[in-house]
Amino acid sequence: MLKTIIIGFKDLRLVFRDRAALVFMLLAPFLLTIGMGFVTGRFSGNSGGIQDIPVIIVNLDNAELGDALVDVFNSEDLAELVEPATSSDPEAARQLIDDNQAAAAVIIPEGFTRSIIPAEGTMTDPNFAEADPISIEVYVNPAKPTSAGVIKAIVDEFVSRVDEGRTSGMTTIFQMLMTGVITPQQAETEGRSLFEDVDQTESTALTLKTDDEGAQAVEFDILAYMAPGMALLFLMYTVSYGGRSILAERAQGTLPRLLVSPTSSAQILGGKVFGIYLTGVAQISILILASAIFFQVKWGDPLGMTALILAAVFGATGWGMLITAFARNPNQVASIGSAIMLIFGILGGSFIDLGMMPPAIQFISKITPNAWALDGFTTLALGGGLAQLTEPIVALLIMGVVLFAVSVMIFGKKNLAQK
Amino acid sequence: MPAILEVKELVKNYGDFAAVKGITFDIQEGEIFSLLGPNGAGKTTTISMLSTLYAPTAGDASIAGHSVTRDPMAVRNVIGVVPQDIALYEDLTARENLIFWGQMYGLSGKSLNTRVDEVLEQIGLTDKAKNRVKTYSGGMKRRVNIGVGLLHKPRVLFMDEPTVGIDPQSRRAILDTVKDLNKKGMTVLYTTHYMEEAQELSDRVGIIDHGELIALGTQKELTQQVGQTETLILHLGENDDPEALAKSLDGVKDVLEAIATDHEVSVIAHEAEEVLAAVVTKANERGIKIHSIDIREPNLEAVFLHLTGRALRD
Repeated sequence: MLKTIIIGFKDLRLVFRDRAALVFMLLAPFLLTIGMGFVTGRFSGNSGGIQDIPVIIVNLDNAELGDALVDVFNSEDLAELVEPATSSDPEAARQLIDDNQAAAAVIIPEGFTRSIIPAEGTMTDPNFAEADPISIEVYVNPAKPTSAGVIKAIVDEFVSRVDEGRTSGMTTIFQMLMTGVITPQQAETEGRSLFEDVDQTESTALTLKTDDEGAQAVEFDILAYMAPGMALLFLMYTVSYGGRSILAERAQGTLPRLLVSPTSSAQILGGKVFGIYLTGVAQISILILASAIFFQVKWGDPLGMTALILAAVFGATGWGMLITAFARNPNQVASIGSAIMLIFGILGGSFIDLGMMPPAIQFISKITPNAWALDGFTTLALGGGLAQLTEPIVALLIMGVVLFAVSVMIFGKKNLAQK
Repeated sequence: MPAILEVKELVKNYGDFAAVKGITFDIQEGEIFSLLGPNGAGKTTTISMLSTLYAPTAGDASIAGHSVTRDPMAVRNVIGVVPQDIALYEDLTARENLIFWGQMYGLSGKSLNTRVDEVLEQIGLTDKAKNRVKTYSGGMKRRVNIGVGLLHKPRVLFMDEPTVGIDPQSRRAILDTVKDLNKKGMTVLYTTHYMEEAQELSDRVGIIDHGELIALGTQKELTQQVGQTETLILHLGENDDPEALAKSLDGVKDVLEAIATDHEVSVIAHEAEEVLAAVVTKANERGIKIHSIDIREPNLEAVFLHLTGRALRD
């Protein structure tokens, strides 16, 4: 065990003496984060978070729920986050988005409310109960993915609440009717009352809340997404660099020398893995610390952050080991590692918000440590704690264990010393 | 003297290729034993098996009573290995390297620091111990490479061609170090393709070629195999044909054997001077220009030539 630790720390020391590696591990993600910050206007405002997202609202519904959604965008809770403007022409609103004048257009179609809250005299009509509600259109600006994502999230939350209320209301009314508790005439009155309750709750229920008791709207900092995105992208470089060092040591003769010392293969391999893990943890920790110091990014719960970093690096190290197990020489690890780094970066949301991706890509992204870890970092940045990180952390740990097991099986069939 | 290392019918195959073909020898405690042979003869493969890096295909060896196949970890505790290539972390200093490798051999704390200081003194790098290895000359790296093998005071030291590619001064220093270690009681297995090194260092020599141990004994015993002969070495021009000259010397009085190698002809005779005139005459008759002539006393080169028909450097 002691020798494993010694080998791990030796590798950590060597990495921090390799200037080229440091450029890739620390400087590149840091500079890219700065660049992304400028692109998204993060550094042009006074506040640390996304502010004043321009959104065009077209309310063709002009009924209770349409008005409620307009009220949500104009609420005090979202006053700093969004800057809504209204329009009556959907085409004009879409054009404004195409012209990059706003992050998204929210088009509330005519009849939206009536598709959810029936008009008088139609409450007990079975056709109404079976009909699908009319959808709200969110026309997003692909050039402002994160801002558009926030708008989409607000609308999604609104729709989700409305749908939830509608379903439970309808179920209640029909059950009461079926059991004879109320007459069809009473159902009309009860039902309208229930739906009006739904309407009344929207104005307070629709902001992205930080926690159960949170009354404040979330101040989501775009860098809290971009900085870990870039850090995770380059974490894949680090783990493949570490894996490469196993094969590089074999080529430069230090691995055979270790193998003829009274040190077992398991201790040596364990030490190398520990070295990769230590390096990854150091890299992510430094990048997060630097973004907190230089960009005032609020990372949220430190305990959750620590657990997430440890799990993310574990999952990523598993990938590094798998690449190394399959490769025959350091160059192969470098080539495969670079390709995986970019593919995982794209799939895992390091460049583009995963919420903007097609469902199939979102599904495939689950094989990447980037996606799970970014999910966790976003949860933390939105105010979540360790309790909300169970899913990404468990997924990352399972990923690491499975990949390590496969790697060890492959390494077991190889002769570590054989060039 | 008891044998500290015993090798029995050691074989190493790589697929169809037999790198080592059942060699057997032993080394006495306190001895310097050289494995002499050209590149590709199987020296490094033999050391790799003895140091437990590669498992033998067949056969076994024991070092200080421990089998390399059955108890490799015990073997590793009693051996020190100086590999042919520099096997160091170039971004660490010499001291950091020695500390790391000392820890791998189980040293720690004060005893580790003391031993590192002693080794640095021994290899003459105390003053430059805090410089990174990558800033060192080839000779200095070789010395650190040797130092690593000495840290845990092994009973048997394996040195695999430790002087390849270095300047004469560093080479001299390394040979002196080997002799010094041996004087202090360390058993050394030394591989080389330099006949002079084997002659200078060794108590006994094993000559290895194509994976087979073709001769074994003290230098005296080995040179006796070629008899009390001398070797006349004729250095020819690039366009001259050594084969033709060697062939023409067959049957010349007092010439025991004539062997053509690269631009040279080695003529073996009891008294080299006695055949000199006849050899020069034969060369003149064929228009072959002799650039220079060396006369050599019986040595390991002659033994190798005698046994294989090739020069060591071929």
